[in-house]
Amino acid sequence: MVQMRSGLVRPGLIVDIKKIGEMTEITETADGGFRVGAAVSGMELSEHPRFGKVWPGVLEAVNLIGSKQVQGRASAGGNLCNGSPAGDSVPAMIAAGAVVTVQGPSGRREIKVEDVPAGPGRTNLKSGEILVSFTLPPRPAGSGDAYLRMIPRTEMDIAVVGIGVSLTLKDGVCTAARVGLGAVAPTALLVEPAGQALIGSRLDDAALEAAAAACRAACRPIDDKRGTVAYRIKTAGVLLKRTAAIAAKRAGGH
Amino acid sequence: MNVVNNKWIGQRTIRPDGVDKVTGRAAFAADTTMPGTIWGKVLRSPHPHARIKSINTAKAEALPGVKAVVTARDIVDFPIEKGAVMLGIQDMRWMCRNVMARDKALFPGHPVAAVAATTEAIAAEACKLIEVDYEVLPWAIEIDDALKDGAPILHEWNKFDGKPSNIMGRLESKKGDIAVGFKDADIIIERSFATRPVHQGYIEPHACLISVAADGKTTIWSSSQGQFMVRAMTSMLTGIPQSDIRAIPAEIGGGFGGKTIVYLEPLATLLAKKSGRPVKMVMTREEVMRATGPTSGSKSTVKIGAKKDGTIVAAHGAFYLQAGAFPGSPIRGAVGCSFAPYDIPHILSEGFDVCSNRSKVAAYRAPGAPIGAYAVECVLDELAEALKMDPLELRLKNAAKEGTKAAHGPVFPRIGYIETLEAAKNHPHYAAPLGKLQGRGVASGFWFNAGGESSAQVNITEDGNVVVTTGHPDIGGSRAGIANICAELLGIDYKRVSVIIGDTQTVGFSNLTGGSRVLFASSMVVTQATDKIIATLRERAAKIWEIDPEAVKWEDGAAHPVSPNAGEFKPLTLADLAEKAPSQGGPIGASVQLNTQGAEGGFGTHICDVEVDVDLGIIRVIRYTAVQDVGRAIHPSYVEGQLQGGVAQGIGWALNEEYIYNKDGKVDNPGFLDYRMPVCSDLPMIDCALVEVPNPKHPQGVKGVGEVPLVPVMAAVANAVNNALGKRFYSLPMSPPKVSEALDAPTQQAAE
Repeated sequence: MVQMRSGLVRPGLIVDIKKIGEMTEITETADGGFRVGAAVSGMELSEHPRFGKVWPGVLEAVNLIGSKQVQGRASAGGNLCNGSPAGDSVPAMIAAGAVVTVQGPSGRREIKVEDVPAGPGRTNLKSGEILVSFTLPPRPAGSGDAYLRMIPRTEMDIAVVGIGVSLTLKDGVCTAARVGLGAVAPTALLVEPAGQALIGSRLDDAALEAAAAACRAACRPIDDKRGTVAYRIKTAGVLLKRTAAIAAKRAGGH
Repeated sequence: MNVVNNKWIGQRTIRPDGVDKVTGRAAFAADTTMPGTIWGKVLRSPHPHARIKSINTAKAEALPGVKAVVTARDIVDFPIEKGAVMLGIQDMRWMCRNVMARDKALFPGHPVAAVAATTEAIAAEACKLIEVDYEVLPWAIEIDDALKDGAPILHEWNKFDGKPSNIMGRLESKKGDIAVGFKDADIIIERSFATRPVHQGYIEPHACLISVAADGKTTIWSSSQGQFMVRAMTSMLTGIPQSDIRAIPAEIGGGFGGKTIVYLEPLATLLAKKSGRPVKMVMTREEVMRATGPTSGSKSTVKIGAKKDGTIVAAHGAFYLQAGAFPGSPIRGAVGCSFAPYDIPHILSEGFDVCSNRSKVAAYRAPGAPIGAYAVECVLDELAEALKMDPLELRLKNAAKEGTKAAHGPVFPRIGYIETLEAAKNHPHYAAPLGKLQGRGVASGFWFNAGGESSAQVNITEDGNVVVTTGHPDIGGSRAGIANICAELLGIDYKRVSVIIGDTQTVGFSNLTGGSRVLFASSMVVTQATDKIIATLRERAAKIWEIDPEAVKWEDGAAHPVSPNAGEFKPLTLADLAEKAPSQGGPIGASVQLNTQGAEGGFGTHICDVEVDVDLGIIRVIRYTAVQDVGRAIHPSYVEGQLQGGVAQGIGWALNEEYIYNKDGKVDNPGFLDYRMPVCSDLPMIDCALVEVPNPKHPQGVKGVGEVPLVPVMAAVANAVNNALGKRFYSLPMSPPKVSEALDAPTQQAAE
């Protein structure tokens, strides 16, 4: 819709799919996970009594899409399908290990969030397919997630680097960790080596530095009006440490 | 001063435009429509620099729905060789070429044709059908590129030092002999600075609706800082006499200087005339960013010499300002204002007007002055550091005061600069402790302020209330200020005074809203008109009481005998006299038209605290205090709003705002997402300290206040950053990638 209003696309036909219940529902799955309809707005998600307690990082990322006013309509589904490498909710969803359900003419399929974007403005959805929902896995005790982005302003801006971290701590030791990284490559990335660097550690400086280094190594950014290659790479490392610290604090608070 | 015990002057009265704006009722230019309205669109040059060999509009004209097409052929030409034709500070030779490219397109976004059609989509489609044969030429955007040997020359007829050049003019202010002055100096600091072009950033894009009737009578609704400017420029560019053009000022969604020239009105007028239909044109944000404003980017070198005790003995400034496609960068502001706060015996201040292939600059809040002050106030900070002096003490030691001769000419009368320095020094902010990675900076600034032509009509309604009509679009609270003053003079509740802005055919000529002139000038004419009305009211009461008018005084909204000796009469209120008007000499009203004189310059001193995120290079302003001599704050909330707005814009200029160009010479960030003006959450509450040293040449002591508050900001921020980091940035903006790179640099050197 945004692209249409700004004259970038001229669709011949527009179908409103927001009236399909599954698109706009938030349900807790039997195993303790969440299924979030692709068209659930940021405001609806933040008003859900449980979601933000379990996935505070995903929620804060979704709530960064657009302005307060835009939050009434903006959704994680739209954010993902927009295909922008800088979409805020995408790295957080990747870190969360979210899987999307896609409905097409030949049936349903499930895709990991990190496999949906294909490049700036492009996705791996096939013609006729629509994104139905996100499924977030059950959360073991001692888990926490967080999302941080670097923007020159404090609001109403687009990420120069965005990073989502989700981790689980047991007796102070990290037993699971996933890191999603945005705005530093043609698509948002799952940085597996960064998660690996944290797993098994007590999130000490050496482990955090190793994870930061993994994030820096994963960057394939460009110089553009929003930031330089050098700045984005450096920032990815700085934000990994800050985001991991918040996620760890939340994990410890469970 | 004819007002002593103020009831309304200085009160935070309810603003007259408040309800309309809060409820969405206010009519801006784009809200206006007429039956039969069609849409106008502009075809713009994709090239930074190109000769226009031919334009073929046949296909566009043949498209169903297209009602008119205009090109430069339809615009009145002001031939370059015939010399300047000035309208205010604008030369119509450049204006006619800026609204529509003639022989050459000089920036991407330069209009080459305009179309009116029954829908916006058809007009846009028609633009694509216009065939323009361009001979693409080499281009230069940055000052260095425009000045180097072999640079592409925009205006081949122009020579500087005998050679074809993009330097279109030089201006200097001089006092004493700097060679002599610098010889006396114990310490000399010389530094070079650069700033990027920044846009005024008004939220409302340019818009107009124009109707030209069959008899040529033309009505313009548009967003501008001056309906008379719109009328005059449209008249000159279309050939329609001014008496046939009624320019109606719409409510304005911000101007900051950027709406002191026309872009759309002449085109829409010609399209309306050709088509016989009302034509509406509304720019997109992208058009605003590519083809209007901004202010200049700059390169400056400032050299200041002082004695060991801090006495400044000589100063030299050289300011190169980008004019954009046509001559006219604000070098006067940079040259004249930069050193004005200081009493320096030897000054040379020079400005160079440099053309390059970007949009023609438009005025922006104290045009040129912030650019000059950034350089001068940063050098002063370094001087204070070198002399181990407090930066405010250094300024106090050299402060201009009554009797100081400024390099740009005037000898200052009673001014309030020292008071701003004292107020800053004594402000709790200046002594507040700072945390880790925090820093504090100070800077001062000056702006000329302006007077000029204003007209007002004050009418007493039949029910004894008041309508004041002035001729200036209200962009800074002039209606509220006028209501306070008129109510004060008449001794009535301010709510009984309705202030409206007349159109060009209903109120006398009033120069545009700019130069911080409006409240200064319009309150002068309104005061004189109100005084005339009070004289009339006293005469009417005297006639009714059959006593001498000299024996009648006007007080608390009523005529009274001056003393019991004059007789015992029940006071006659404004309502009483209005009611009796038909039988006592007719309607009560007065109009006054003046070329106002006596606008005095304004001074401000700012304190800024920043905190730096050194890992990410992010600078945040965490506390800010703006001190300013405001003459007399007629409406303090509006005065504070001016100070806060100026500071907000300056913080944007200092930290993030800049035009970014791609390799094709086009603006790469033509929207508010990537052109980063500060948002509310980026700023602390900006504190204001109003110093009131009344202007002796104004009935209420008014001085202009709207522009001064932008002047010191970038230097105050830069000085605070230096204080926090021990590192000075000599170019703006101090954006995160740039700050981060600079902070990382020494480490790398150490490693080598």
